[in-house]
Amino acid sequence: MCTTCGCSSDGSVTMDPGHHHDHTHTPAGQGHEHGAQEHDRHGQAPPPHTHDAHGHSAHSHSTHEHSAHGHSHAHGPHSEGPAHTNGPDHHDYGTGPARSHAPGLTQARMVEIERNILSKNDAYARQNRETLARNGVLALNLLAGPGAGKTTLLVETLKLLHGSIPAAVIEGDQQTSNDAERIRATGVRAVQINTGKGCHLDAHQVGHALEHLPLPPGGVLFVENVGNLVCPAAFDLGESLRVTLLSVTEGEDKPLKYPDIFHNADLVILTKTDLVPYLGTDMALLETNIRRVAPKARILHTGARTGAGMDTWLDWLKTERSTWLSALATQAETRAATLRAAG
Amino acid sequence: MHELSLCESLLDVIEDTARREGFSQVRVVRLEVGQFAGVELSALRFGFEAVKPGTIAHDAQLEIEQTPGTAWCFDCEKTVTLEDRLSPCPLCGGGRVQPSGGTDIRIRDLEVL
Repeated sequence: MCTTCGCSSDGSVTMDPGHHHDHTHTPAGQGHEHGAQEHDRHGQAPPPHTHDAHGHSAHSHSTHEHSAHGHSHAHGPHSEGPAHTNGPDHHDYGTGPARSHAPGLTQARMVEIERNILSKNDAYARQNRETLARNGVLALNLLAGPGAGKTTLLVETLKLLHGSIPAAVIEGDQQTSNDAERIRATGVRAVQINTGKGCHLDAHQVGHALEHLPLPPGGVLFVENVGNLVCPAAFDLGESLRVTLLSVTEGEDKPLKYPDIFHNADLVILTKTDLVPYLGTDMALLETNIRRVAPKARILHTGARTGAGMDTWLDWLKTERSTWLSALATQAETRAATLRAAG
Repeated sequence: MHELSLCESLLDVIEDTARREGFSQVRVVRLEVGQFAGVELSALRFGFEAVKPGTIAHDAQLEIEQTPGTAWCFDCEKTVTLEDRLSPCPLCGGGRVQPSGGTDIRIRDLEVL
């Protein structure tokens, strides 16, 4: 639909957490845990409670019970809700029917709204952030263009961590589960979200994926966004830290050409630095350009193939994780003290 | 490039509001688009035309007002208005500026039936 990038609502978003188990499905409309309230909040007119009305029509299995899966995550507009095509946890978005119309009055009038256009995504992001904080899980949103080396960095990172920190990965791509399979080969759990024609992950998709990736306190969740230097920037996923990757092969001026993807980054990783001698990349210019659009971001260099810079990246990760856990612990202590004092 | 999903979010908000306020048709949608919101206005208009058929906003016109972009200058430590995302600070000429305002898209109001 979008002539610029092909991003469309007609695409089907699917989710594959890579494990297959029996899935019981109560007859359409039963077993859904969310009530009318949640539908209201997410912009769906209280619909007839059938799976068809929820875009779940593409269920390939005859039995499926949401409650058994802990689908307590509030569903959004169910025309974008997941239909499970490739197994119980493969979520397929965007196959629902046309949106419903609300009956109403006939008198012309003004209605003030004053809401951010992304308020719905932001509400899901807040929900994700609360869930992650409650569980003590640090989430990183990894952004970059296609081919910058996000998956390679993750695979090498997980190998080096070797289970010393509990980790899980959400992989976002338009098509294929290639990346999730690469992650799973390291022994780490991964959910693949296929966005169809969508050009970015949104907080609603990540919320669903989170349900399939339980992590103990101190766990780290890596969310590898769809490879795209533009669109993912606008969508908060509920992450604690935003990490933007740029490979040295992409050109020194990319930060200036695509500033939005950099400007909220906590960390910018320049990847494939082992190729610099062959490319003649002007690293000083590249860093100057990053500082211009992301003055507060830390900048690191990695060459995941050779292992260069991986220790610094892991140190950064471990420090951020400790800081995050301490902050959560302090909050909990403060709350405990308040509760005790009230008692 | 994500303008289409922004338009879908816009429709969600409109439909929420329609249920709350009880209207059945939208004639005008007024948006405030920040200069640093990262959207292309023509793509936003195109996206709106693409998503509105068959919805409560099928006859709606999109009116867009652009709001200026502001940024925090790390060198002179002030909030300044920038003409362009890559402009230097107009006060001190420093290049380290972080967009701080005009970064979002607000739905201001609707004219409805």
